[in-house]
Amino acid sequence: MSRHFEHDSVISGIGQSTVGRRLGRSDLDLTVQACLAAVADAGLTRADIDGLSTYPGGYSANTGGYGGPSPYDVQDTLRLDLNWHQGAAEVPGQLGALVAACTAVSVGLARHVLVYRTVTESSAQGAGGRASVLPAGPGTASGMGTWLLPFGGVSAVNWLAQVATRHFHEFGTTREQLAAIPITVRQHASLNPAAVFRTPLTGEQYLGARMISSPLCLFDCDVPVDGATALVVSAADYAPDAPNGAARIEAFGTALRGRPSWDQYGDLTSMAAQGAASHLWSRTELKPGDVDIAQLYDGFSILALAWLEALGLCGRGEGGAYVEGGERIALTGELPLNTAGGQLSGGRLHGFGLLHEAVVQLRGGAGARQVAGAEVVVVANGGGPIAGVALLTADRG
Amino acid sequence: MATVDDDVLISRMAPLDDPLTRFFWTSGADGQLRFLHCATCGYFSHPPGPRCARCLSAELSPRAVSGLGTVHTFTVNHQQWVPGQAPYVIAIVRLDEQEDLQLTTNVCGCDWAEVTVGMRVRVCFLHRNDVWYPLFEPVQEAR
Repeated sequence: MSRHFEHDSVISGIGQSTVGRRLGRSDLDLTVQACLAAVADAGLTRADIDGLSTYPGGYSANTGGYGGPSPYDVQDTLRLDLNWHQGAAEVPGQLGALVAACTAVSVGLARHVLVYRTVTESSAQGAGGRASVLPAGPGTASGMGTWLLPFGGVSAVNWLAQVATRHFHEFGTTREQLAAIPITVRQHASLNPAAVFRTPLTGEQYLGARMISSPLCLFDCDVPVDGATALVVSAADYAPDAPNGAARIEAFGTALRGRPSWDQYGDLTSMAAQGAASHLWSRTELKPGDVDIAQLYDGFSILALAWLEALGLCGRGEGGAYVEGGERIALTGELPLNTAGGQLSGGRLHGFGLLHEAVVQLRGGAGARQVAGAEVVVVANGGGPIAGVALLTADRG
Repeated sequence: MATVDDDVLISRMAPLDDPLTRFFWTSGADGQLRFLHCATCGYFSHPPGPRCARCLSAELSPRAVSGLGTVHTFTVNHQQWVPGQAPYVIAIVRLDEQEDLQLTTNVCGCDWAEVTVGMRVRVCFLHRNDVWYPLFEPVQEAR
């Protein structure tokens, strides 16, 4: 029996800043709003916080509204005394910040770790450029972009549109099927007062929307927002003292298998999600059939489809047929998907919005959109060569 | 030698100059597409690296390929990242020489609406920024 470091921690508190379009507020301001909310929600004070973790880190990682403040800025603003901290992007998806926090708790480096993710991409977009779209003009392409940007592949929408084309080609998936994801999560967003887009989306509107990068249209792309999400990871023995309840961490999937590249991955229809998902199921006795709610990364609709298949929540290549019509993934369906509206309608909180909603649901606090009896939630983050996944469970004492 | 004079992109970025990859971006000067080839096991590694990705041999050198391949997947970009940019095709092309020898490129020389998965294509080069960009155009092969 291998040891599961995940079981040494719980999520004891969550917090979210104001979320919206072009709020015009400092990323540090939004971050502190979310962090203080999470600390209070956990029944703690700042004196209790001895760890700090973020994705993707500040400074050089924070261009175009993508990153948020550095751990150093947050530590200084809150005058925290930390035994451990980290901020990094080259980790298992955005969830890497959570994995790192749980690791630190498990090995005894920290007892209460504040974990945050902040974006100001909407304001950055208004100011002329956000980092999720790489510069298309004259210049030099480097890093992962070296082999993509010189051919006008400037955005993840271009790279993932090719994933969608391949999925359509191999499995006969259609735009009408894919439409069920943005349409259904929009219904969920209508029950979330904090969501950015809350008016119903029709199939006609979807099919008539302008194409961004075929076959992905405007409604297949998430909406850039400003906002911060924070949570507190505590040593598991703190769970009974968490005033609003804790969520348990059953397992993480952190594997990186295959080539970490947007265009060299062998099976383009699954990419890195496949490795992370199989790793997740190797670390738990739970099975895909035990999952009550799926919070799957939907930076683009096709990614949620890829995660559904990679996690074995439906068969390989069957994602299109599975989501078709939307009944299965609705709040009343067999596998409610992205119950707060996901990133497509709730806003691009870059993985952490999905994590936040998972805890809300497990604590039974989702109000009109609450899924009755939700005990097991899977949260998947990342797309293309980037992937991390967590299985969270309700704390029933 | 197949060259392209008109670019489908209004603005084309240059790749970072690097000693490992320079041969790839300048290979088209003589009309040949080259990939890093292993003298020990015969495997093509792409993007280029310091060791053969299959056998880790350092006995690597650029080797010309036929330039023939197949569109593995593609997208037509409509979003005007650069104002005024017309739709263009980004594709992943798999070269005939090896099943996993593939690269991101543009398909040119045909209407964007004509591109399909499985389309047979041949390399052609666009000379800009001191770089010979390997692009691909449809081929009608004799049967």
